[in-house]
Amino acid sequence: MTEVSSRHSIGETLLSVERINLAFGEVKALANVSFSVREHEVLAIIGPNGAGKTSMLNVINGFYHPQQGQIHFKGLHRQRMKPYEAAVQGIARTFQNVALFKGMSTLNNIMTGRNLKMRRNLLWQALHLGPAREEELQHRAAAEEIIDFLEIQSIRKIPVGRLPYGLQKRVELGRALAMEPDLLLLDEPMAGMNMEEKQDMCRFILDINEQYGTTIVLIEHDMGVVMDISDRVVVLDYGQKIAEGTPDEVRSNQAVIDAYLGVSHEEAA
Amino acid sequence: MDLFLLETCISGLMAGVMYALVALGFVLIFKASGVFNFSQGVLCLFAALTLFDFLSEKGWFARIFGFALPVWLAIICTIFVMIGLAWLIERLILRYLINTDPIILFMATIGLSFILEGVGDILFGSDVKPLDIGIPQGAWDYLLDNHNFYVEKLEVVAAATAAILVATLALFFNRTRIGRALRAVADDHQAALSVGISLNTIWVIVWSVSGIVALVAGVMWGSKSGIQFSLSLIALKALPVLILGGFTSIPGAIVGGLIIGVGEKVAEVYAGPFVGGAIENWFAYMLALGFLLFRPQGLFGERIIERV
Repeated sequence: MTEVSSRHSIGETLLSVERINLAFGEVKALANVSFSVREHEVLAIIGPNGAGKTSMLNVINGFYHPQQGQIHFKGLHRQRMKPYEAAVQGIARTFQNVALFKGMSTLNNIMTGRNLKMRRNLLWQALHLGPAREEELQHRAAAEEIIDFLEIQSIRKIPVGRLPYGLQKRVELGRALAMEPDLLLLDEPMAGMNMEEKQDMCRFILDINEQYGTTIVLIEHDMGVVMDISDRVVVLDYGQKIAEGTPDEVRSNQAVIDAYLGVSHEEAA
Repeated sequence: MDLFLLETCISGLMAGVMYALVALGFVLIFKASGVFNFSQGVLCLFAALTLFDFLSEKGWFARIFGFALPVWLAIICTIFVMIGLAWLIERLILRYLINTDPIILFMATIGLSFILEGVGDILFGSDVKPLDIGIPQGAWDYLLDNHNFYVEKLEVVAAATAAILVATLALFFNRTRIGRALRAVADDHQAALSVGISLNTIWVIVWSVSGIVALVAGVMWGSKSGIQFSLSLIALKALPVLILGGFTSIPGAIVGGLIIGVGEKVAEVYAGPFVGGAIENWFAYMLALGFLLFRPQGLFGERIIERV
């Protein structure tokens, strides 16, 4: 594979989360979780069900606000950020149970990802004149490029509600990609897919990382996939980080093996 | 076609325009939040009352500043009041209901309608107020004299206004990024947030626009039959209009309004005598019922897609 030669080399820290504590009432979703994500890398967050993986993404993307802990993104400290602001700063995401705009076509869904990039006056847009027209065409071209990239030309005009699940996931990825994010959060991008679809998705994720240099944080259950595509892995269990490292290191880590084999917590501790 | 039928149809069309104006406000909010805004009728009333207050010598404005406003300025001020109201509604109610079920938002709008009605009553009193902002009244003399054909001037003005309003809204919502953002918000709050659409901004915009539409509807109804609290009940007539036209379609609201307007007038005149009259009151609902059975998404609504 050409993966090694053409990749952007992993750089400085892009995102760091420090001692994040998140609780819903009495339930602790995240306890003292810290890790960092470096530029251009693919980081996987793994762990058993209910380990707090999705909560972690929700914290990064501003859906949840942790009770304690610090988040730095692009070197800046973030105060209670709203999802809208996270998007402005260059964080895009997909969801575990596909969150698409079901009545809209594939193309329009992807165009919503361009929303933040459109700057022209509403009046010009309404009249479809002058600079706004050029701008619309330009964004349309960007959307088409993504459609080509993800090989979904044939479903361009179809309302996404009618598409099979695997394709919906792909459109959702396209929408996130249209935002030209610096950090892309993928929540189980391969859940519910068959082998072939999984392979396609893997390829897309690696290609995105390669071509655009996008930093990716993903949650995945399929261990084979995680080991293949990620540079580093963070393992969560019961809201705590139990391991971090390269796929190989994590694979041989006793705590991780215990967590996955279901050793009871008293014994493991 | 005989002249009488034509006249009936035209007067039906004009009544339909009035329904459509109210229905339009519903559609806007439904498009943006998937919620039937029960308070739209009261919003019309409130807008008309505010406008009346700015114009009246005895209104709050005149009492505080010592003079009443000219019509054009009063309209502009009312628009600002409606925008302010939209901002307040977002700030005090909608903001806390992000990501909740549409039924909860619906209940909130019912509450809002009671609040607005109460506030309107306390501030402006519940007597019927004649609204005159210089829209010509009475029959169109030329047609009446030469062709013995009766058309109300006010209704012609209402139709023209509605046409301009719809054209503007269509441009705004189909061509601008706000339009796309709006549909996105209606579909999925979380996803909309994640692509950087600010729900708060969208809601303020939509409620402002539907407040302005409410103002237009309120002015037309107020000029026709005076501003009275029964105005808020027109909301009920807008319901069959929406079922006919589709809850999410701006042209649908207009076409639905026209069909209902013409339908009930023609039915009243031609079928009324056989059943003892008063068809006008329930015809619209019968028509809506038929549509619910055979085409639940309405004439122009988005297809309801459900994968099993």
